[in-house]
Amino acid sequence: MLQVNDLHVTVEGKEILKGLTLTINAGEVHAIMGPNGAGKSTLSAVIAGKDGYEVTQGSITFEGQDVLEMEIEERAQAGLLLGFQYPVEIPGVKNIYLLKSALNAQRVARGEGEMPAPEFMKLVKEKLGFMKMDASFLQRAVNEGFSGGEKKRNEILQMLVLQPKLAMLDEIDSGLDIDAMKVVADGVNSLRAEERAILLVTHYQRLLDYIVPDKVHVLVDGRIVKTGDAELAKELEANGYEGIEESVA
Amino acid sequence: MASEEMEQLVRREYKDGFVTDIESDTLPPGLDENTIAFISKKKGEPEWMLEWRLDAYRQWLKMEEPSWAHLNYPPINYQEISYYSAPKRPEDRPQSLDEVDPKLLETYEKLGIPLHERAALAGVAVDAVFDSVSVATTFKKELAEAGVIFCSISEAIRDYPDLIKQYLGTVVPVADNYFAALNSAVFTDGSFVFVPEGVKCPMELSTYFRINAANTGQFERTLVICEDRAQVSYLEGCTAPMRDENQLHAAVVELVALDDAYIKYSTVQNWYPGDEEGKGGIYNFVTKRGDCRGERSRISWTQVETGSAITWKYPSCMLRGKDSIGEFYSVAVTNGRQQADTGTKMIHIGEGTRSYIVAKGISAGKSDQSYRGLVKIGPRAKGARNFTQCDSLLIGDKCGAHTFPYQEIGNSTATIEHEATTSKIGEDQLFYCQSRGISEEDAVSMIVNGFCKDVFQELPMEFAVEAEALLNVTLEGAVG
Amino acid sequence: MSDTQTFLDTLATRSQQRAGEPTWIAARRQAGAARFDAMGFPTRRDEEWKYTDVRAIAKGNFALADNAEFSQAQAAAITLPLDAYRLTFVDGVFSAALSNVDALPDSVQVMPLSKALTDNHEAVGGPLGRLTGVDFSTFAALNTAFMEEGAVVRIAPGTVVEKPILLQFLSRAGTPVMSHPRILVEAAGRSEATLIEHYVGEADAANFTNVVAELMLDRGAILNHYKLQEAPIGDLHVASIHVEQNRDSRYTSYNLNLGGALVRNDLISDLNGQGAETNFYGLFFGQGRQHVDNHTKVNHNAPLTFSNENYKGILDDRAHGVFNGKVYVKRDSQKIEGFQSNQNLLLSDRAQIDAKPELEIYADDVKCSHGTTTGQLDEDAIYALRTRGIDEATARGLLTLAFAGEVLEKVALDAIAERVELAVAGKLPERFNLAGLVEAAAALND
Repeated sequence: MLQVNDLHVTVEGKEILKGLTLTINAGEVHAIMGPNGAGKSTLSAVIAGKDGYEVTQGSITFEGQDVLEMEIEERAQAGLLLGFQYPVEIPGVKNIYLLKSALNAQRVARGEGEMPAPEFMKLVKEKLGFMKMDASFLQRAVNEGFSGGEKKRNEILQMLVLQPKLAMLDEIDSGLDIDAMKVVADGVNSLRAEERAILLVTHYQRLLDYIVPDKVHVLVDGRIVKTGDAELAKELEANGYEGIEESVA
Repeated sequence: MASEEMEQLVRREYKDGFVTDIESDTLPPGLDENTIAFISKKKGEPEWMLEWRLDAYRQWLKMEEPSWAHLNYPPINYQEISYYSAPKRPEDRPQSLDEVDPKLLETYEKLGIPLHERAALAGVAVDAVFDSVSVATTFKKELAEAGVIFCSISEAIRDYPDLIKQYLGTVVPVADNYFAALNSAVFTDGSFVFVPEGVKCPMELSTYFRINAANTGQFERTLVICEDRAQVSYLEGCTAPMRDENQLHAAVVELVALDDAYIKYSTVQNWYPGDEEGKGGIYNFVTKRGDCRGERSRISWTQVETGSAITWKYPSCMLRGKDSIGEFYSVAVTNGRQQADTGTKMIHIGEGTRSYIVAKGISAGKSDQSYRGLVKIGPRAKGARNFTQCDSLLIGDKCGAHTFPYQEIGNSTATIEHEATTSKIGEDQLFYCQSRGISEEDAVSMIVNGFCKDVFQELPMEFAVEAEALLNVTLEGAVG
Repeated sequence: MSDTQTFLDTLATRSQQRAGEPTWIAARRQAGAARFDAMGFPTRRDEEWKYTDVRAIAKGNFALADNAEFSQAQAAAITLPLDAYRLTFVDGVFSAALSNVDALPDSVQVMPLSKALTDNHEAVGGPLGRLTGVDFSTFAALNTAFMEEGAVVRIAPGTVVEKPILLQFLSRAGTPVMSHPRILVEAAGRSEATLIEHYVGEADAANFTNVVAELMLDRGAILNHYKLQEAPIGDLHVASIHVEQNRDSRYTSYNLNLGGALVRNDLISDLNGQGAETNFYGLFFGQGRQHVDNHTKVNHNAPLTFSNENYKGILDDRAHGVFNGKVYVKRDSQKIEGFQSNQNLLLSDRAQIDAKPELEIYADDVKCSHGTTTGQLDEDAIYALRTRGIDEATARGLLTLAFAGEVLEKVALDAIAERVELAVAGKLPERFNLAGLVEAAAALND
């Protein structure tokens, strides 16, 4: 589904990713772990198309399409969706407008018609219930005045409504207490499906107790230095990243 | 703090109000074409310069004195002013600092003015404290080696007529406004700076202006030109003696910056403000304008305005060159019955032009102060940006502080931000300082200096010290 | 012929038709006409009119309407579907057929000015013109010279008026006419009411409306005042609103401007008693060659008074917006809080905004500030929306709508908030028109 090949990325003249290669297939859950500054967030931001990241070498393809040639919204419409570590507050834009515009943009891009309003409302209400969110939330502005936990839940809610092919979740566990994390994890787990892949970016192993990955990659200094299964995450938790870095050196 | 104590705290005497008793060569009051011919002849000017002046005078006659400013003063009788005054003989002036009033020297010391400038300020062997003579003598060689011309405007008209013809009146046209037209007709001196292509002026240039004779107007004219990639930092200071009658000061300053040039122009204005009842003091009507003609050129105005009975002054930037930058940093302090209407105009013409405005106003006593500014974004100024911060501090309940910012925006890609606040010195801030053992007077001075910090840090080091000291002198001597 | 003469001639003709008018009205009319003639129409040399050219009015030739014919069905289609006490004026002429104030309690009077003058003209004579004298402006003088219709609202002490009081002004297509409505509101102590002025009409109308409103709030009175200006795109609209606030009163203005070719609003609050509070919320959206000028002034004439102002402007095409807001603090009016914010968005390179937020302060124990920005939509927000698959044009539309939403969320009357939001969404440039989205979202709520 997603192929990242020998990716080199520079931010403000400094090389952050230094030849990263990664393949994600449909149905898989991948976790990328690594110490601060390793380039974890850079990877998901580059895939989503954020400004200020210069790809100097390498490629990203998604279902055979060259991602780097696509506009930001085209990537999302194609099914690549990023959950932000720090969700942006958008004063005045109601959540309901965001969800409806985004869903319809995706459907129109796929050649489907816009979703009829009653059907849309039914879908949104169901997902809201699943995320244990109140309906009044739809009339509130996107993330404005939300607590950290509410913002993260909102990211997952968008995932549930938009049903991406590849959901990328950047540090989705940061700032969450254990109850909020369970709700978020339930949401993510409900996304697991044959035709869908999930990429988790995280610093801590804790999240992976709730969302068990198929593959764990260790990202150090801009490269994936080790790949394993869920056990690798536990190993990291026990021994820290230092051990890995030494073994690389 | 009780308001009475606060009032006492801000009451102060004018420290620079001495009169130098010298015989001077002064025209009787009055203004007509003969006066202008006299001035032009005294200055040894060529015929074209006289014509230029007369043209300005004839236009001035048709103009009306502006009344839109938030200022109140009796009508000025332009026929009661003497338009020319020069000390008769150099030997009549004080020959050394020993001959100068020691009290005055003490004040200069407080102000942190360097020794050679104290002499200049005190009128020692310089032309009505037009200090470029002494500076030029001292540093003439070094400046000449760099190719920098720094002389009085009168000399420049004689010695560099081509440059004068090319630039004079191109930034502030003769009939730009009432006071500029008057200045163009009767200006008596001022300075001229020319920094050629690629030269960074090796030292800061400074001028002190002083009005000495009674009943005279002061009309200086300054022209600063920086060619491509040239840079200069220019400082001016102003003082005047205490007199019962009002005196008129109507200066014009023109700056021209070509490609990648940078002009930094700093002013500390401490003209006599009049007494507490509003008697006497300078009427300060000044037109200052910089023209960022070149791409990436930059003009920065910094002013500390503590003097004058009336201030009418809007140092401005015409941002024509692509990506050019205009800056205005101002501290204005009014006390007693002073009135100030000051601010800036940033005219964005070229693409990518940027401007920054930081204006801090402090009103005390029965004074009245206004910030008046214009930010204009023309249709071609794609991506232009302006940021304006405009804060007023009120000390006492008999003063006024006003803000009149105009924004005229005709480009959708421009970003303009304006913030303004008005408040008084926080009781809690004062209390906090005092509870740390700081005296009331020092606390007020600290808080006011803190309030002005953003502007003071734009001043060249030497002036920053002087400006802070000037504020302290302003606020000194009343507590206790 | 001078510009004023056309108007004075119309006035002379009208005066002949008037008979048996109380003498005080005739005298004021004369004073208004004299002042109008002396001042003449303002030009851009007048500081107050620096950015607004009124030649379209001065050069116009406007008749006075003599009937109020307007079909019920058409009125229903364009007016607010509100349960309200309703007075309707068609081209300035009162329409009994389109009005309904039957269910008014005894403690509230809502009537056309003409009726108030017939019933008890002395009761009108005192307050009328007390806040807006003929010296205020050429337009106030002109209004005084012509005033004959409008609305009088009186609310007894302690009365809470449950339903909004709706004054609707309909503008008809056809021969250009002018009207000079006069609105007088006397809200007694501790009363509470919502007043709505709604200007709307036939698409092809090109009339001149020159309204003067005087609103008097006694101790502790609360008045929420909506001015929904959706005048036809060819209409010329000038409004002067003066508010007098006694102790502890609270006035909130929602000045929503969407229509009109040339619009000028002067909104002035005099805070004359301690504890008085005024809130000004404004939104203007100009497109085509619309010109919308809002002048506001808050006079803090007493200590411990509070003001809060938030105006937003959106300008597209060659529209021209003006915002001039002044906060004035009188000598010895201590413990004042005055906040003012103005934000503008230009959607087109030929649109223009001239903003002038002013502070004039003569007391020291004050907290006053203003902020004004004109600029760009938040690029981070655009990015965030695009990562959800929303194209850039729609993202910009959503953020523009959100920009207006910050004022609309203050609007307590849903019928008005929704109507304006829909209007704004529909006015957005075609590339990001969001009318469909807003309609659908509103439908979901029902």
